[in-house]
Amino acid sequence: MKNEGGHGPCRLCRIELENVGVTAGSDILLRDVSFHIHCGQMTALVGPNGAGKTTLLRALLSQTPHTGRIRHVDADGHLFPDPRIGYVPQQLPFDKEMPVTVRDLMAGALGRRPVWTGVGKKMTARVGDALRETQAEGLINKRLGALSGGELQRVLLAMALAPLPDLLVLDEPVSGVDQNGLQLFLQTVSNLRRTHHLGILMVSHDWALVRDYADYVILLNKQVLKTGTPEEVFASLEFAETFKTETSFPGGTP
Amino acid sequence: MNVIHAVMDALLPFSCFRMAFMKNALLALLLLTPLLALLGTMAVNRRMAFFSDALGHSALAGVGLGLLLGVQNDLVSMIVFGVIWAVLISRINRSGGASADTIISVFSSAGIAVGLLILSRNGSFSKYSALLAGDVLAVAPGDLLGLAIALPVGIAIWAFLYNPLLLTAVNPALAQSRGIQTKWVEYAFVSLVAVAVMLSIRWVGVLLINALLILPAAAARNIARTAAQHALFSVLIGLFSGVAGLVLAYYLDTGVGAAVVLCAAVCYGVTLPLRRRVR
Repeated sequence: MKNEGGHGPCRLCRIELENVGVTAGSDILLRDVSFHIHCGQMTALVGPNGAGKTTLLRALLSQTPHTGRIRHVDADGHLFPDPRIGYVPQQLPFDKEMPVTVRDLMAGALGRRPVWTGVGKKMTARVGDALRETQAEGLINKRLGALSGGELQRVLLAMALAPLPDLLVLDEPVSGVDQNGLQLFLQTVSNLRRTHHLGILMVSHDWALVRDYADYVILLNKQVLKTGTPEEVFASLEFAETFKTETSFPGGTP
Repeated sequence: MNVIHAVMDALLPFSCFRMAFMKNALLALLLLTPLLALLGTMAVNRRMAFFSDALGHSALAGVGLGLLLGVQNDLVSMIVFGVIWAVLISRINRSGGASADTIISVFSSAGIAVGLLILSRNGSFSKYSALLAGDVLAVAPGDLLGLAIALPVGIAIWAFLYNPLLLTAVNPALAQSRGIQTKWVEYAFVSLVAVAVMLSIRWVGVLLINALLILPAAAARNIARTAAQHALFSVLIGLFSGVAGLVLAYYLDTGVGAAVVLCAAVCYGVTLPLRRRVR
């Protein structure tokens, strides 16, 4: 399931974080964070609550100011300007009664024509194509509020993939999704990683998921405590130290 | 204006529209209800009904402060103050201290209090009490021209803002990841609502303006599945309520604003049982 091969035909090759730090007032949210994200790999970001995982994602998405350097580099080592980052957000509560369909939401994200004037044939076809990537084409006419957690996740993934990004960021793809839906979701992501040679960064608390799908794990708690394969990180002293207060591991023991 | 009236005479051979003031009132309602109905769809989706109520109340404060500062034009002081008020509420809301309904309630009462305080000095409030209930029958051709310009401009801005707002309403983090400046989109939206509300408030009244923003959109939501249906039904219900309310008020010899809002409320009541069937 994991990617064994070398570099494929990706444009962006890796993202290099060097001594990245984020502060809010006098609080240090992140300090001295350095690691690389490679395309064609799934990198998992793990850490306790308040470890700064979301802050790190915001820094990667240029949504929060940071110190240090975040460099996007192509296969020849040249700087790669403005990589596209597809982001699958954590699911947040929204008004389930909203008269807004999957087609409305995606057309609103992809095009400029205001959705309240309707969605044209061309745009509908484009939305359909995007949904097909995540086996969600049957959901196009459903209202957002009528989707299950897993269905919404596939729609959000389809949005993150249109247009095709250089890096895909998954922010805790667990909440509100049943185990079957989650497996299907990660299977899809895993396939995309291979077919499009995407780089993927996933924030997760689900150790079983990380063990099964991640190529590389970063243990974060304000700073990088440990990096390596899932086996290496889960077996490390740092991991045991960080999570010793948690009585049970969500999603099974590592 | 005479040409327009002549055309209306030909199209609407009803006795209630024979008088010029009725024609003007009809035109005014046809111009102001669609924009309010469109903006209302998002106000309802974002659960801002309470917010726009507070905004309407701030019109009194706007007029009062305008009076203190010596601004000649009430409308200008209402719009300026309304926009400041709206942005201020949404800014404090964003910082997320106290709960939203508490903040809005404070702003709402403060808006009324400031307005009443200034306007009631020397017992002169009766001069301004028309603002509370509004009077669409007093619309002059010059006012209609203003509304006729405001409608397309408002709709154009709305066309520009809608998609980013929709994404923000569903998931702000998602919107930001697609390059949307959620904060500014939100400020632009509340400012647009403030302008639309203030333009209409002299005709509909402080007490009822919020109903014209919220009720058509809320009724449309009962029977709409898609965003386009929501917008279309909301505009149709807004237009219908405007015309029906005006005619009703003519025959019952009552205030127009009240009749219009009552019609919209009836639309809500009629559509409510259809809610489950549409889904």
